[in-house]
Amino acid sequence: MKAIVNVYLKNGVLDPQGKATHHALNSLGFSNIDNVRIGKQIVMELNSNDTESAAKEVKEMAETLLANTVIEDYDIEIVE
Amino acid sequence: MKKPTVTILQFPGTNCEYDTGYAFEKLGYKTNIIWHKEDKIPKNSDLVVIPGGFSYGDYLRSGAIARFSPVINSLKEYADNGGKVLGICNGFQVLTEMGLLPGALKRNNNLHFISKHQTVKVINNDNDFLNRCQKDEVLNIPVAHADGNYYVDEDELQKMKENGQILLQYCDADGNPMVLNGSVEQIAGVCNKEKNVYGLMPHPERAIDIVLGSDDGVKMLKGFSKK
Repeated sequence: MKAIVNVYLKNGVLDPQGKATHHALNSLGFSNIDNVRIGKQIVMELNSNDTESAAKEVKEMAETLLANTVIEDYDIEIVE
Repeated sequence: MKKPTVTILQFPGTNCEYDTGYAFEKLGYKTNIIWHKEDKIPKNSDLVVIPGGFSYGDYLRSGAIARFSPVINSLKEYADNGGKVLGICNGFQVLTEMGLLPGALKRNNNLHFISKHQTVKVINNDNDFLNRCQKDEVLNIPVAHADGNYYVDEDELQKMKENGQILLQYCDADGNPMVLNGSVEQIAGVCNKEKNVYGLMPHPERAIDIVLGSDDGVKMLKGFSKK
């Protein structure tokens, strides 16, 4: 199975890359944008059949390494 | 008098270890550089420095992966027992990732790598690092970073202020705070509550001789040796 972890800056923490991209999109003429946030996606192939224990393990990975929870939030998707 | 010993950690991608060693030797310290695979900080170390650079290519986040190197457990133990630790630039990022210092360092708000001489103001000097500097003194120290945008939440910031943990603030030549990279309250350096772990983005080791444009780094780095 596959685990997909999305990491992005917390709401309320200014995202300078998102802001710059927002401006660039506006200057290209895409004006219907309220907000742009930029994050990263970590895709892992897991050697496991148990979705529940995999989700637990991936959460631990996210908390200890993949995200810095001082400034970042994350979400986890497990794909069979 | 016995020379104080500075241990300098070296990770793959560290690039300021020799400059840092040179600076401390010039100031009368004995230095030794140790590879991150070592699992013991030498017992005779009076100070451990995590120097600048790009440990592990800044992959994932600056400092995020260095934090899991073998030497780090020993460093944590050293710091927990009151040993003095200084993180410069990437070293500061490693210390925040480890949780030895509060907050985190984000991408500069203008997204540029900022490399220049910068004036910084001393906010608190009641510590082992900046004790040779005056409060509100303006120092000229080079900066060179892409991820120096210091973030800490409001509650933590308040506690840090009460404990005198804010060390340095980016300012103009007259000492007025100035926005360099988007840091909360223009913070350039902080320490922990116990005041034995220090981190800053500017590079004092690059300001130790007037031919380099400034020697203001001397009084900073000398702070660690007894007067």
